Amino acid sequence: MRRIGPGVAISALLVALVGLAAIWPGLLARADPNAVEPVDALLGPSGAHWFGTDQLGRDVYSRVVHGARVSLFIGVGATAIALLLGCLVGMLAAACGRLVDEILMQITDVLLSFPGLLLSLLVVAVLGPSSTNAAIAIGLSSAPGFARLVRGEALVIRQAGYVRTAVTFGAGRARVHLRHVLPNAFAPLLVLALLSVGAAVIAGSSLSFLGLGPRVPTAEWGSMLAQGKDFLTISWAMAVFPGLAITVTVIAINIVGRDLQRRFEGRHPGGTF
Amino acid sequence: MARSERTATASPLPTAGRALPTADGAQPSAGRVQPTAGAGPLITVEDLRVTFATRGGPLAAVRGVSFTLSPGECLAIVGESGSGKSVTARALVGLVGAGGSVSAGRLELAGQDLRDLRERDWRRIRGRRVGLVLQDALSSLDPVRTVGAEIAETLGNHRLVPRAARAARAVELLAEARVPEPAVRARQRPYELSGGLRQRALIASALAGQPSVLVADEPTTALDVSVQAQILDLLAARKADGEALLLISHDLAVVSRLADRVAVMYAGALVEEGSVEDLLRSPRHPYTRELLAAIPSAHARGTRLAIRRDAATGPAVTAPDAAGCRYAARCPLVQARCRSAEPEPVAVEAEVGSRPDKAGPRDTAAAVAVAVAHRAWCWRTDEPWPAPQAGPARGRVRRADDVVIEVDTVWKSFRGPDGSRRPAVRGVSFELRAGETVGLLGESGSGKSTTAEIVLGLLEPDDGAVRLHGRPWSRLPEAARRPDRHRIQLVPQDPLGSFDPRYTVERIVGEALSAPGRRAAARRRDRIVELLGLVGLGAEVLPRRATQLSGGQRQRVAIARALAPEPEVLVCDEPVSALDVSIQAQILDVFADVQDTLGVAMLFISHDLGVIYHACDRVLVMRDGELVEQGDVEQVLRAPAHDYTRALLAAVPRLDTATFA
Amino acid sequence: MTPTARWLARRLALSVLVVVGAATVAFGALQIVPGDPVHVMMGGAAPSPEVYQQTRHELGYDRPLPVRYGRFLGQLLRGDLGRSYQLHRPVAEVIGSQLWPTVQLALAAFGLAFVAAAALAVATAGRRSGWRRLSSAAELVMISTPGFWVGVLLLTAFSFRLQLFPVAGGDSLEGIVLPAVTLALGLIGVFAQVMREGLERALEQPFVLSARARGTGETAVRLRHALRHALIPMVTLAGWIVGTLLGGAVLVETIFSREGLGRITATAIAGRDLPLVTGVAVVAATIFTLLNIAVDLLYRVIDPRMKEVIR
Repeated sequence: MRRIGPGVAISALLVALVGLAAIWPGLLARADPNAVEPVDALLGPSGAHWFGTDQLGRDVYSRVVHGARVSLFIGVGATAIALLLGCLVGMLAAACGRLVDEILMQITDVLLSFPGLLLSLLVVAVLGPSSTNAAIAIGLSSAPGFARLVRGEALVIRQAGYVRTAVTFGAGRARVHLRHVLPNAFAPLLVLALLSVGAAVIAGSSLSFLGLGPRVPTAEWGSMLAQGKDFLTISWAMAVFPGLAITVTVIAINIVGRDLQRRFEGRHPGGTF
Repeated sequence: MARSERTATASPLPTAGRALPTADGAQPSAGRVQPTAGAGPLITVEDLRVTFATRGGPLAAVRGVSFTLSPGECLAIVGESGSGKSVTARALVGLVGAGGSVSAGRLELAGQDLRDLRERDWRRIRGRRVGLVLQDALSSLDPVRTVGAEIAETLGNHRLVPRAARAARAVELLAEARVPEPAVRARQRPYELSGGLRQRALIASALAGQPSVLVADEPTTALDVSVQAQILDLLAARKADGEALLLISHDLAVVSRLADRVAVMYAGALVEEGSVEDLLRSPRHPYTRELLAAIPSAHARGTRLAIRRDAATGPAVTAPDAAGCRYAARCPLVQARCRSAEPEPVAVEAEVGSRPDKAGPRDTAAAVAVAVAHRAWCWRTDEPWPAPQAGPARGRVRRADDVVIEVDTVWKSFRGPDGSRRPAVRGVSFELRAGETVGLLGESGSGKSTTAEIVLGLLEPDDGAVRLHGRPWSRLPEAARRPDRHRIQLVPQDPLGSFDPRYTVERIVGEALSAPGRRAAARRRDRIVELLGLVGLGAEVLPRRATQLSGGQRQRVAIARALAPEPEVLVCDEPVSALDVSIQAQILDVFADVQDTLGVAMLFISHDLGVIYHACDRVLVMRDGELVEQGDVEQVLRAPAHDYTRALLAAVPRLDTATFA
Repeated sequence: MTPTARWLARRLALSVLVVVGAATVAFGALQIVPGDPVHVMMGGAAPSPEVYQQTRHELGYDRPLPVRYGRFLGQLLRGDLGRSYQLHRPVAEVIGSQLWPTVQLALAAFGLAFVAAAALAVATAGRRSGWRRLSSAAELVMISTPGFWVGVLLLTAFSFRLQLFPVAGGDSLEGIVLPAVTLALGLIGVFAQVMREGLERALEQPFVLSARARGTGETAVRLRHALRHALIPMVTLAGWIVGTLLGGAVLVETIFSREGLGRITATAIAGRDLPLVTGVAVVAATIFTLLNIAVDLLYRVIDPRMKEVIR
């Protein structure tokens, strides 16, 4: 087993912290994120307001902590949707013969031909803006990529020697796919999924930034940033801290994900990922 | 000429350490004299050491190797994988790789000290004064560039030919490397050429700068025997022209065709050195003896090839400060002092005499007397070598009427990239009887693996049929075939790829017992241990994954797994071709034991005549999808009836009779 | 027909299918959008029933769905994408006028990212130095930072504070610098990592050892041999790149108040401008499929081994 480096340890800690903020924000920030105090509007960072206040005098630190829930929900939810849908479609395409493969992959190609954000925008435009819909939108727009990956991976694994030998033991198509193809295709995907949580967090905040995320006054990093943008010349803190929250969270997720990926590769020389 | 006098007397031998004496600058083993270049050896290496920094600490890949190489001479360095032979070769061009550090007492090219050379100076040597040819030309030539561009690159690097004339010169060089239609080939890319042409093109690119030394690292290993012979002839012609040749190989037989001297390497150090004749006729180091005994051939038929039965003989771990002889752990003649002190080189006897050249014409002026010191780094060179043990008797289980598999005029073709159908198997018929081993011999692309897949029921034949115990086996729905699947099992060429990377040995074998789950496999542990015992593995491998096993252990696990469903037939697809010769010997012994114990029939696919000769009762010779000859092994290989079989036999490099009678 | 021509014909036919598919998806999606499109078109004002019916008839919303779909497809094939509800101009015309600024922006960003990433990768691949670590860390930060945030920060620093670049719009060269940098930053990290990994893999290949053994210098080995192999995985990323550029354009154009397809898209979606959204989707799909064909052709140039086109 490889040693855990300090960077990875700190990142794992940060991910855990963001997770804690998402589950139990009151533990990290006592102040009410939605308490309006017009007198204190647009203050810089201070002892009372670590990250300053916004245009309505709300505590930015508290809003950043409470915003973790929505951002993480969108990131994890979207990835889960993409992973499930992608695995289902990819495995069906790989396992169920040429015709099913052709049809499913043609549909996947059509969906892939939409830029990811455009597809999400379209889905949100149809379903209406909310955090659940944002997760669905981002999940749907990244599912085709997962489906292609799963299918490709499954086709490679199906050529592997161990699948051929399993057939000589009398294993049928279902057993081969469930016992060998799916687990071997899934393991590298899980790591990839962790990495795509980071991308989904960014995509989610992009939607909010465009005004297609959860409705006000819900604290969310992307929409906080969008509001902060309008007051930049007066107070930098409002736009900087939510952005920093997104960046640090995504960096931490990526560092942990890549470390897992490397460990995983170490165990599988010649693996495709 | 003082040097030619020296050759008549036995060379003085060093008395201590590994370095050769350098008192008067003469090299004891540099026997050949080139009349035109009497200045001494081109390459002088003394006490070469290469150490790699790895995560687990420094690793000594080469530990004090010394040799010389003169113009028109061929020195072969022979060893198994991990012996350090390739690293030694690469040290001569300053390309040992990242993390490697080189030190040497002397490292000279025509008098120039190569130690501590700067990268810029190395570049002037590479390709211009020392050419390097690597093993696999498909990966050793840039796949996206034309062959001509690769050759022209050498010319451009050293500004040998003006830019405009480089393409024409590249074509000339291809022609010199005996490539037909050189102008066409120069515009093609490596994957568009056959293996033999590719290797010639690679040689042409290494020779483009007209270097005086050519280092060839396994130049024929990936090639079919007939092509192998042509490449060796090409190299022999260069040697005859006065090129100094350093040949790196794992194959003593290949080396014997070309080399004047052979140096055997084990775990980073030379263990024996001498002329080809001396070394092959009277090997003295136990490792050389083991290697020679391990080569499957007609002589070794019916005997055990390996000196041990167990699987515990990986290459020795080479920590830089380890004491004693590295071979001690494997040596059957080992004594206490072998483990504590490094042995010093012992002179066997200096042979004086001339020998006819075996590798093509050589100009008469160069064909002078050869005197080469024969030395072994061993305390026990005079010990008698244990005689090979008798193996299990062959073919006694055979009953003529008990046909297990019948292949009846089977045809199979595949669609090529351009849409046309290419026949892979053309009307092949044969029978496999209970308890016999049938060899399927053929070069790459002959259709032998396709035949195996059809027998296994993994491919359907286009025409013809396969029958199992007289009942149809081919063209069945999978559900109908499944109950009989266990009767025919596969031993693959690449066992690592045939194991699910997530599985432990216990689950790998358990899966074949229809117990693929972790718990199900644990319940069958007794049977799994029993199966592993059949192939010489202990229960300690059960929790390991395939990547944690050595190559030999993996192949043993693959055999144990194939035996698990109690099959009647084992289809062995090149099961030993990826293994070192000493490991190959052990695996061939395992096959012999398994057949003796269980009486399974085997279809044994190989491109190696020696392996087939050793392991099989009958042989089928395949070429271009057709069976050209079949019959008893002795009869076919002693008195081949078909021209192709005769040509194949003639092309095989051999250690036996003709050379050393 | 040569194999390449046959392949091209097949691909073009398939891409028509893909575009029609994309248009169908967009059409279908917008049919289930809650709310009455006629109301959207009329704006906030409550129309009289007569005017409402009149508009409804003009838009064809009084016909059954299959008829509307048929008409939609018929118009599509004639290149007619309908009229924008909000802008009251033909969609084709709107997109046509907004396409070029976005393409300009995308090309500038791509060129910038490619050159920067290639330089980073060639300089640091396979070398155990502090520079490589620094470069990796910088790439990680670039990948993990949301583009719109970077845009906002750059805008503040260089336009508001330092006043080096225009705050909004601008067709001038100065106007494109900050948007292109913003868009490129997100790509550089990914490009550099993909190229470096490709380079490192290529540098371990035997043909590189052969090239070095011929006396080829390190720079030549990297540029002449390894870089070409490192570009192959880049080509497979082409789809992702186009998507990221077009998606990124939505954000970047909004932040920098630039003209372009992205901003039009954002406003169209926010304003439920159905014909315009459909039109953008169709145009995006067309660009995407044509680019994919071009990429596959490029693939064959970079790697001649790709004789067979793998789906």
